[in-house]
Amino acid sequence: MAQSKLDRREVVARLLARRDGLLVVTGLGSPSYDVHAAGDHDGNYYLWGAMGAAALVGLGLAQAQPDRTVVVITGDGEQLMGLGGLATIAVSNPQNLVVVVIDNNHFGETGMQVSHTGHGLDLAAVAQSCGFKEARMVRDMHGVEEIARALHAEASGARFFVIKVKPENVPRSLPPRDAVHVKIRFRAHLGLHTM
Amino acid sequence: MTREDVAKRKSPDRVPLAAEWPTQLYRVLKAAQVRQVSYVPDAGHSELIRLFAADPGVVSNVLTTEEEGIAIATGAWLGGSRSVLLLQSSGVGNCVNMLSLVTMTRTPLLMLVTMRGEWAEFNPWQVPMGLATAPVLAAMAIRVMRAETPRDLIETVESAATLAFESEQQVAVLLSQRLLGAKKW
Repeated sequence: MAQSKLDRREVVARLLARRDGLLVVTGLGSPSYDVHAAGDHDGNYYLWGAMGAAALVGLGLAQAQPDRTVVVITGDGEQLMGLGGLATIAVSNPQNLVVVVIDNNHFGETGMQVSHTGHGLDLAAVAQSCGFKEARMVRDMHGVEEIARALHAEASGARFFVIKVKPENVPRSLPPRDAVHVKIRFRAHLGLHTM
Repeated sequence: MTREDVAKRKSPDRVPLAAEWPTQLYRVLKAAQVRQVSYVPDAGHSELIRLFAADPGVVSNVLTTEEEGIAIATGAWLGGSRSVLLLQSSGVGNCVNMLSLVTMTRTPLLMLVTMRGEWAEFNPWQVPMGLATAPVLAAMAIRVMRAETPRDLIETVESAATLAFESEQQVAVLLSQRLLGAKKW
């Protein structure tokens, strides 16, 4: 299949153009930079490590905040390390959780080695097999627009979207690396106290 | 006479304790306002898992591997929920890198670890991780507490819950295999 022409920064900016009450968790590497580039926000939680954690941090958050929509924005490599987590999320199936994989078929942060999705693995099909009722892949801006609208629509369960993008390393947009600071900021955004 | 009857005859004083501590533990965790629980099943945790599953005020997550529970606990706390992770000593090995998430974010973590490979163990495959459980946790800067008796356990978990949720500490309570009773083969 022809390579996607989508620009990852444009894609993420489009997804977050209308935030409303969205809470966002990002997977380490480029997705953290993309979300930061789209505009730093107290309702963002950026991961800089713990590869494989992003979707599950989203699950814990979605369960704790059932009235808020939680969007996880991560990469193919990060999600591949947490494949089992898709099974765990599908069992819980919270209607307020959306996982979006920005899939460039490569491990971008470490020298653009081809990832499993570059070798043909279809993450949306994996999510479907795990039990996600709504799981699909898009490769054009029309599909991205649909997902952007879906983030603000009612759902019957957890959703999983793969957005194929061009494999390129764009200039980094670095979010804060102080995880405690970002945590306190995020919790304050939800009206939660600190010690 | 059933196998259970034989077991009761052999150790008549152990049965009521063994039957009671999971219920006490459940009460302690409810009093600590735990609202989310994640687990990879273990026989030693089975009664606690059942009590949580029957509780509409608690969300239960069955995991494919223990490290998932560390990530879920982090998300839960970001959203204002207290949680507990139930696992077996072998599962601690699966968690190592993921533990950096709770130490970096200073997220309260309460892990209840049932020990294998340390007391009358029949299965030698449980021994390596049984030996490594406490050192591995310590190496990742997780506080390790240990309970040898049911009374010990209840007091230790009460204390660990306060440390975790009030002081944002990361605590693993090891439930000794002697307390749980060796698995019958």
